[in-house]
Parts: sequence; structure tokens; C-alpha cells
Amino acid sequence: MTPAAVASTTVAVGHDVARIRRDFPLLQTRVRGRPLVYLDNAATSQKPQSVIDTLTRYYRAENANIHRGVYDLSERATDAYEAVRVRAQRFLRAREAREIIFVRGTTEAINLVAGTFGRVAVGRGDEVVVSALEHHSNIVPWQLLCESRSATLRVIPMTDAGELELDQLETLLGPRTRLLAVTHVSNALGTINPVKEIIARAHARNVPVLVDGAQAAPHGPVDVTDLDCDFYAVSGHKMFGPTGIGLLYGKAARLEAMPPYQGGGDMIRSVSFERTEYALIPAKFEAGTPHIAGVIGLGAAIDYLQGLDWTAAQAHEADLLQYATASLTAVPGLRIIGTARHKAAVVSFVMDGIHAHDIGTVADQLGIAIRAGHHCAQPIMTRLGVPATARASFAFYNTREEIDVLGGALRQAQKIFGT
Amino acid sequence: MTDLTELYQQVILDHNRHPRNFGMLEDANRRAEGNNPLCGDHLTVHVRMDGDCLADLRFEGSGCAISRASASLMTAAVKGKRPAEVEDLRRRFQAMVMADPALPVDASGLGKLGALAGVRAFPARVKCATLPWHTLRAALDDTPAPVSTE
Repeated sequence: MTPAAVASTTVAVGHDVARIRRDFPLLQTRVRGRPLVYLDNAATSQKPQSVIDTLTRYYRAENANIHRGVYDLSERATDAYEAVRVRAQRFLRAREAREIIFVRGTTEAINLVAGTFGRVAVGRGDEVVVSALEHHSNIVPWQLLCESRSATLRVIPMTDAGELELDQLETLLGPRTRLLAVTHVSNALGTINPVKEIIARAHARNVPVLVDGAQAAPHGPVDVTDLDCDFYAVSGHKMFGPTGIGLLYGKAARLEAMPPYQGGGDMIRSVSFERTEYALIPAKFEAGTPHIAGVIGLGAAIDYLQGLDWTAAQAHEADLLQYATASLTAVPGLRIIGTARHKAAVVSFVMDGIHAHDIGTVADQLGIAIRAGHHCAQPIMTRLGVPATARASFAFYNTREEIDVLGGALRQAQKIFGT
Repeated sequence: MTDLTELYQQVILDHNRHPRNFGMLEDANRRAEGNNPLCGDHLTVHVRMDGDCLADLRFEGSGCAISRASASLMTAAVKGKRPAEVEDLRRRFQAMVMADPALPVDASGLGKLGALAGVRAFPARVKCATLPWHTLRAALDDTPAPVSTE
């Protein structure tokens, strides 16, 4: 037995990767005649059979509109939909189910907060603070808001390793700061930010905090009550659920004080041409027929995640990160971009003489799905002086063997390019 | 691996490593920028027109092997030509890289540009190969806004 095999057997205790992989039908497929090696989990994750079955069952046997029918099918759909809100509340450890708003995804969650909370709280001369590690979806909504309010966007800088320079926080959070929006985990570099500490420091200055949790939720339990964040946003499709559905958590008092997001059915208590009274939260923020199937599918994903042994799953992901970091560092001419002390299982890298896009094409020929580009985080690329990176991002179902296949592809690329 | 060998031919690897006509053109009288927002490729094409003749051109920027080699091969192919001839080459080139990979390659009249025929088996990479050509066209048309693949 090779040393690698011994270590991977040790890791498998408590986290049976082979069994877990069988839950994900897409992981069994072949690409270009080779087994798929899916290492683009930060873009979207694969779906367990239970999520796929739940979606199918909903459309085959349970489809009806919610919150309005007096008939059995509609009541069942309403119950199933609202039951997911309770499961989502427990999943994020929120105090109350009404603090969970169903949205299309993290992007919509952030836009919702910018367009409602932001519209009221941010005025001329005020400031919104974001960090250098943000995805475009946690930059552009605040830019749009600041532009329309004649407010200023300020940025927490980061180090070459991809860690936020939190000693700058005291100067950045001023009397005009109305919100701090920060990512929990960087999609481009994998950096895990000390959000609990950041939130405490912002709250000490009466600044509310929105956390972009899109890249955190797939890697382990989140506790919004412990974090004490004001808003927390996640995307269903990155946490093994369907696309087009996500969650916005907001503290009840915050949500109650905010104006509605979109107008329409379901978000009202009464409507006349003179005056409309809005529904209570969460309905106030869910105008129109929602993505009912998506919500119910997300419920199945939450059930799947809660059925995992997260201590073992996180140990497995930590092993993947450590193994990938060691394997890739051993490739001559390869440089890992993002070397924070606390990282999720994401490895961004560049190679001498081979552009990320070409690395991606060579990897694809070997059945490997990795991402190449700026990862919707152009300011990070600019800050680190790289036009693009290749990125392998892992989930609890990935294996060391898949990292070996990636290593083979990188050597193949070097052979082709003569580097 | 045959597709990869066809994509990354020696000519392409050579032009990627040692791009021809690379850099700034001091006396350019036309220039345009091209961007591929999906992968972050960007290039600038500088052109010096002498009457109806594309007297000189250079390109700069950063991109993958396909876009660099395509830009390099393009600059070599169009120098000294008239805009109408450049447009004819661009059309032939575009047809070649977008052709059905099952059909025989038609690189007639394309000379060394035929080295990029392998791109047609990689739909995701076609934009890398055509970006320099779209950017050159914008420079010749004096289009002020940057060209984008999206």
C-alpha cells in the first residue's frame, strides 16, 4: 500500500466517501470517455438523488399554488413549503422561522437588502463598507445603491495572502457607515473570514452587517444567532439543492422595519387604490408565486446536509485541501493564489507559461471540471496582479484520487506547452 | 488526446511563446480594445493606416495561448493588406473555426492561419480565437467602444 492510500483509508473513517458518492448520480457519469472529476463546486454543487426525487415527486404528485387554495392539494403544497422554512431556520440556527425569506439565490438576497434596508438607511454622504474579497454580487448592488444615494463605498483591503487587513476596520467604520457587507468564505481564494469578530467590531460601532454565506453553507453548519449577523445570504444550488432558490436570513426587527422588496400578490394584507397594507414578515418579501418546487427541493438538500457527520466531513475536506495544496505546490512553476491561514477547500493557482484557460481545456480533455477565469471577483485578480486563475474547489464527495487525476492533467499541460 | 494535439499545434505554441508584432505602435492612427469578460482576456490592437493600406499593426494585452497565437498570426497575415482583403480573411477564418469538426478543414486562402483549425473541436475556445479579429475590425472601423465577446 502506498503512503497516500494508507492516509486516505484513515480519513475515510466516519466519512464513507464511496457511499456518499453513490448518492450523487452525476458523479457516476463519464466525460470524454473518462470518469467525471468534478472540481467546480464553488460554482455549483452536484445534487443528491433525494433532491432530484423530491423535485420529481413534487411536480408529479404535489404541484399546486400555495397560500390561496382551499383544496387539499394546495394545502399540502403550502404545508410542504412552510415546513422548509422551519427546516431552513434550524439549518441556519435562526431564532424564528419568519426570519427566513425565500429568494432566488445569494445575488437576489443581497439586492433585496440593498433595495429595501439600503434605500431607507443609506442617504447622501453616508458610507457602505465591503471587503476586497467580495464576489461581484456583494459589490455591484452596493455600488448601485451608493450611486443612487450619493453615498460612498469603502473597501477593507487584503494582504497578498488573501486575508483581510482588519486593523483597517477601525478607520473604515465611521459615524456615516450604514452597513458592512462581507463574505464568510471567498469564492475565488477560499479564505475563511473571521466574521464573528468582524460583526462584533461593527456592532460596537452600531453598524449592521450582511454576510454573504454562499461559499460557507456547503462546507459546514452555520449559526446566525451565534454570529449575531443582521443578514445572512445563501444559494441553494451551491449547497446541493436546486438552482433558482436561496435563503435570506434577517433579524426579525430589521426585516419588520424594512419596506417591501417587490409588490404583488401574497405580500399584502389588504389592497385598495388609496392604500395598501403590507403583510407581516416573511410574506412581505415574497411577492408573487414563489419557486415552490425549488423551496421543497432545497428542503431535501437541507435534510441531506443534516444527515451528514459534519465533524468527519469537515476533516475530510481539510484533508483534501491539505493534499491538494501539497500536490499542486509540488508541480514546478505552479503558484497557489490565496494562502490564508484559514481556508475552505478551494485552491486557486497559476502556472508559468500556461494561461488558466488553457489549463482548463487540457483538464477538460481528461474529464476534469475546473474553473478558469476571474471567478466573478475581478478586484481580487487586480489586487493580486493576475489576469485569471485556474481553480479547483472541493466538496465532501471529492477524493484524493481525483486530485491525483488533476495533477496528471497539469503535468500533461506542461508537456504540451514545453514548460 | 488527438484533439489537444490538433489544438495546440507547434505553430500555435510558438506564436504563444514568441508573439510577432507584440507591443505598442507609437505612430498608430487607429486602435481598439477587445475583452473577453468570461476569462479575463484583453488585448489592444494598434494600427497604422497608410491611405487604404494597413501599413503596420501591433497588439498587446494578456490572454490564453489561443488568443495570443491568433492575434500574432493575424498581425502577420494582414500586414500590407487593404481593409476589404482583411474583412475577407476574417470571414474565412471565422467560418473555419466555427465549422463542424466532422467535416474536412477548409483553410483555403488562410495560409498559416489554418493552424487554428483545431479550435473548431472546442466550442468554448472559439471566442478566444476570434477576439483579435473582432478587435482589428473595430480598429479599422474606428469604433470607439471596446469590443466584447459577450
